[in-house]
Amino acid sequence: MSTALVLAQQAASDALLPARNQMALSLGAHIILACFGMAMPAMIFVLHRMGLRGDDVALELAKRWSKVAGVLFAIGAVSGTILSFEMGLLWPRLMEQFGDVIGLAFAFEGISFFTEAIFLGIYVYGWGRLPGRIHSLMLVPMVISGITGSFFIVSVNAWMNAPTGFDIVDGEVVNIDPVAAIFNSAVWLQFLHMFFAAYMVAGFCIAGVYAVGLLKGRRDRHHRLGLLVPLAFALPISLLQPTVGHFAGQRIADDQPIKLAAIEGLAETEERVPTVIGGVYREDTDGEGELVGEIEVPIPGLASFLAQNSFDAEIVGLDAVPEDERPPVNIVRFSFQIMVGIGTALMGLAGWAGWRWWKRRDSFDEATWFLRAIAISGPAAIVAMETGWITTEVGRQPWIVHGIMRTEDAVTDAGWVWLTLSVLIVVYVGMFSAAAMILRSMSQRWRDGEKDLTSPYGPSAFDPIDEHEVVST
Amino acid sequence: MSVAEAVALIMFVAVIAYAVLGGADFGSGVWDLLAGGTRRGAPTRRLIDHAIGPVWEANHVWLIFVLVYLWSAFPEAFAALMRTLAIPFWLVGLGIVLRGAGFALRKYSPTLGAARAAGIVFAAASVITPFFLGSIAGTIASGRVGLDTEPLGLSSAFTPASLLGGVLAVCTCTYLAGVLLLSEAHRLGDVGFTDGFRPRVLVAGAVTGAIALAGVFPLRADAPTLADELAGRAAVVVVVSAVAGAVSLELVRRGAYRRARWFAAVAVASIVAGWGIGQYPWVLVDHVTIADAAGGRATLIGLLVATGVAAVLVVPAMITLFVLADSNKVGDLGNPGSSLNK
Ligand code: HDD
Ligand code: HEM
Ligand code: HEM
Repeated sequence: MSTALVLAQQAASDALLPARNQMALSLGAHIILACFGMAMPAMIFVLHRMGLRGDDVALELAKRWSKVAGVLFAIGAVSGTILSFEMGLLWPRLMEQFGDVIGLAFAFEGISFFTEAIFLGIYVYGWGRLPGRIHSLMLVPMVISGITGSFFIVSVNAWMNAPTGFDIVDGEVVNIDPVAAIFNSAVWLQFLHMFFAAYMVAGFCIAGVYAVGLLKGRRDRHHRLGLLVPLAFALPISLLQPTVGHFAGQRIADDQPIKLAAIEGLAETEERVPTVIGGVYREDTDGEGELVGEIEVPIPGLASFLAQNSFDAEIVGLDAVPEDERPPVNIVRFSFQIMVGIGTALMGLAGWAGWRWWKRRDSFDEATWFLRAIAISGPAAIVAMETGWITTEVGRQPWIVHGIMRTEDAVTDAGWVWLTLSVLIVVYVGMFSAAAMILRSMSQRWRDGEKDLTSPYGPSAFDPIDEHEVVST
Repeated sequence: MSVAEAVALIMFVAVIAYAVLGGADFGSGVWDLLAGGTRRGAPTRRLIDHAIGPVWEANHVWLIFVLVYLWSAFPEAFAALMRTLAIPFWLVGLGIVLRGAGFALRKYSPTLGAARAAGIVFAAASVITPFFLGSIAGTIASGRVGLDTEPLGLSSAFTPASLLGGVLAVCTCTYLAGVLLLSEAHRLGDVGFTDGFRPRVLVAGAVTGAIALAGVFPLRADAPTLADELAGRAAVVVVVSAVAGAVSLELVRRGAYRRARWFAAVAVASIVAGWGIGQYPWVLVDHVTIADAAGGRATLIGLLVATGVAAVLVVPAMITLFVLADSNKVGDLGNPGSSLNK
């Protein structure tokens, strides 16, 4: 796609700011739940298989986690449904122009979520009803559709960063190739990075719950398994994630140099650029920018090397484009640095765990500091993921479709977006607090020895999830 | 049939699936709302948990499927709809969030008070959401949405055609869910429940039928394009719907609930099919046809391929889920002999 054509400039709408905030809020909330939807089935699968080999504690954990997953999935599904409305309600001009370019990815995403929701229904409600082996295999389609679903949805986002699969002739979008649009140049790295992020978020968050339990002295097999199984996913992935992130950065250097300039806070195009940490970027009235208060890493040309594999390489600066085509530098830069900082720390955590395991080969029962670190690693991973998205999304501004369509040209001109945003804030705060309260009470009731968690409108005859595997035909 | 028409047909089949499957979910929420106080309503609420627990999430993916196909195949029509009917669409979206969250959170609520709060949210949203979905259908059918129409406010949901669409949607959902709940309770052997519940379902069915019949008049006046075709090309399905509805009522009266639900489903499906056949070839009635609105050809073909994939992967899985749910291999209360009243 070579026709980088700016579509007819339209009056910027008052809806722009609330619409962006609403999109960011709904995606930012949804993505946390989506991570659990993507990663939990694999973890439950491991436990369920252990359980089928006679490990009762593992089986009990698999049952409990499937109940928790049921709650999180439900909220994930509804918060995802409203996203598909918002694509049209907030960004009608994007969908009008490009709905058929990116639509196919959404269609396959829909198929993936269909599959996921169906097998979720079978699995969560199949306890005590389906023969054990078959029951556990119901998780496999969920694991696969979690992968394909996130691939296709991230592909839409990657397309906004690296749009391909169409031409623009006389302002009309023509020669649409939806397959080329799906397999755009950003998709593989963005997908892999997000996929890893999901396993880190879910793995560290769940492990953190059991780390807290161990710290409180609940040193039983139940807590050890609850700690180790998610860590077995999250820790190795933490070692790989920075490498994927590095290649994602190189991709930006090629496709979106201004996003990279914002990440680096680089005012002017330079060669042999050093890596700098911290600092605030300021721009004067003429659009001349500079970074103040930064710390330079004493390896000359490190940033050039990281971006282009050569210490002497040139990196494009923000001055390469007019002022109104630069993203808000500080937001992008801070977000990026938070993500990288956390990513590095979590890689260190993985190294620490590996080293300790290799030296002592015991469980982590007594490792107070390690358990404390695990307890905060979940929230940290969430912050890394959110700041990662902010880097990608805000770094693309002012474009909604990089180089093709400006965000202000895509937004609705409805006047009431402030209102819907306010309603959504209230609803999401309520929904997330209620969910947190209910998850806490579930864990409390389990700890008190209650097994079936009957619904409070009266004692039911029995709850099947509590029955042992009944092999029926 | 052109490629665009094939995609439109598929989309409409999904609309019908959503009307029947999603509709039964919404209707369950209406019965939840009508179930009465905590003690009196407990058997109904437990039955609802049991009946829709395993299937409701899958049932609502149909809506996502329809939206995605709409914007992929007919992007300009989608944008026009979302712009013109933003307020009803927004209320539908909000309703879906509140409904799903309310339902999921109620099940594990720690206290009765929390369950009651979540339940009210679930039940109220179950009325509001289908109402606005139906009203959107009515607004489209009455030719009020074109590519350049100015945004219509909340009042768009209260024109004769949209009001009819909304009320009819709520009523059909309620009746359908009533029959399904009867059938479920019957299968679980709960005679006490079915005997008490049956009269209410019969009333719901009679009211729905009456509204559908009376609806002819506002439709004539307000949505002439659709009304003409309903009397012409779509007359067969209208008759099928009426007959199936009547048969289902009679079967409910006789206590043949398991068979009644098939007829009730056919009645709902054919009303919706009547809407589709009646407004063919328009996407936006009186303004934009399928051929006008069609997006990129490669995408349309891609959507056909995606449908093929869905037919191979999703449909068998979905049938399996329903068969398992219907044979108690997945479910919530389970115990076939248990009386829900206890
Ligand atoms: C279509 C797919 C899509 C996907 C998968 C994402 N986004 Fe996005 N996001 C958009 C589509 C989009 C958008 C509709 O295109 C926005 C609105 C304005 C813009 O440029 O992009 C946007 C804006 C936007 C903004 C505001 C940027 C600004 O205008 O200053 C933030 C902070 C995020 N998103 C965050 C996220 C998060 C946390 C995501 C993870 C789930 C995410 N985005 C995935
Ligand atoms: C515009 C952006 C997005 C849209 C329109 C969207 C749409 C949806 C919808 C409609 C669902 C519910 C389907 C269901 O589970 O029944 C869903 C769930 C999900 N989404 Fe998103 N989504 C978006 C962004 C993302 C992103 C960025 C990811 C991450 C990679 C993601 C991953 C998932 C996953 C894994 C689920 C399943 C969650 C669960 O069932 O718990 N989504 N999404
Ligand atoms: C230290 C290592 C890391 C580096 C070098 C790195 C690098 C990057 C880069 C360059 C981007 C922008 C990609 C684009 O715009 O196309 C990005 C995005 C992102 N990062 Fe990181 N990252 C690191 C660690 C992490 C960690 C630990 C997480 C989460 C647990 C994370 C989550 C994300 C997410 C969710 C995005 C946006 C979506 C995507 O591109 O997939 N990153 N990262």
